[in-house]
Amino acid sequence: MVDARGLACPIPVLMTQKELAKGADSVEVMVDNFAARENVTRLAESKGYTVAVKEENGEFTLTLTK
Amino acid sequence: MKKFLPVLLTGIVIGVCALALTAAGNPANMGFCIACFLRDIAGAIKLHSAAVVQYVRPEIIGIIVGAMAAALIKKEWKAVGGSSPVTRFLLAVVVMIGALVFLGCPLRMVIRIGGGDFNAIVGLLGFIAGIFVGTIALKNGFTLKRTYAQTCVEGSFMPIMFIVLMVLVALMPALFVFSTEGPGSMTAPVVLALAAGVLVGVLAQRSRFCMAGGIRDSIMFNQWNLTLGLVAVIVTVLVGNLILGKFKPGFADQAVAHSDGLMNFLGMGIVGWGSVLLGGCPLRQLILTGEGNSDSAITVTGFVVGAAIAHNFGTASSAAGAGANGPAAVVACYIVLLLVTIFNVKAAKNN
Repeated sequence: MVDARGLACPIPVLMTQKELAKGADSVEVMVDNFAARENVTRLAESKGYTVAVKEENGEFTLTLTK
Repeated sequence: MKKFLPVLLTGIVIGVCALALTAAGNPANMGFCIACFLRDIAGAIKLHSAAVVQYVRPEIIGIIVGAMAAALIKKEWKAVGGSSPVTRFLLAVVVMIGALVFLGCPLRMVIRIGGGDFNAIVGLLGFIAGIFVGTIALKNGFTLKRTYAQTCVEGSFMPIMFIVLMVLVALMPALFVFSTEGPGSMTAPVVLALAAGVLVGVLAQRSRFCMAGGIRDSIMFNQWNLTLGLVAVIVTVLVGNLILGKFKPGFADQAVAHSDGLMNFLGMGIVGWGSVLLGGCPLRQLILTGEGNSDSAITVTGFVVGAAIAHNFGTASSAAGAGANGPAAVVACYIVLLLVTIFNVKAAKNN
């Protein structure tokens, strides 16, 4: 679980990258702005993950699975 | 292709607007420059008294309003803030001092390149070097910490202030100072400038267009999405200038520029490094201000104050070259960037 709420890009992307580097097949990332959502999604897709997004009160939970 | 389209379109539109605004009266190679325009605004509200650069640039107000409208329509508008505001203010002052050593923000840098100004290529190299240093800071844990939800009042305060400024200019122009000569006196018609600003504001909000982000993401993540926007501006302006017969390649006698290579390199190096720490170039800060981010609003305030400092204390360059205190200011800016970087990375590691 990566909690990147309140953080501006590229930090959410950086945190996600570090987590993915550990080799997990499924990672949850929480962000609270659209730019971060798009950028984390772009990174995950470029690394072969599929991304499911759940939105709640302006916060997004991204589930990345391989 | 679909994911590249918004950024590509934004870059092309910025290029076309820059050419059109210059044709309509803005200074050469300065169709759009966030640093120059905020500096002009600082002069118009008498924060500095450099007589040649005083004017309330409607483009700035247009960009903020356009970004705000786009964010509201797309339900992305959100009042947030509280991520190291004072550090951001200081970084913004430093970035503006650096930009005025080079004579332009990253946006004007690429517009200058498209006009054939080789000095701006030296600036670009400095910008890339500065960004590279900034990415090392990020990889080592540099952070200005989280933002938090704020009230709508806090988030909309700065956009409203800019709108009020524009209204005051229209109703009571005698309150302000406007240049009668120099770059500040060269202006596109207000309606055109405002419209171009709104258009760019809307597109840049949708595409997350950012000059610093373009180079940062290519270095850090091998992501070239935003880089494309930067290239699109250069190509559009280059082609436009060739068609209009305005392309003038070389180092000497470029419009509102100087050919002190070291100062151009170091000035943009400050802008690159500082912009990465701030999370975006000056244009991106205006867009985020429109989206309700009060940290970016503080950053924009820092730009305005930085411009006033640059002119009041002789650190800004002119076509003749670096300002009397330019070299000393450059050294001071690098010391500030280094200290902010080191202490923030240290603080992050201790947590």
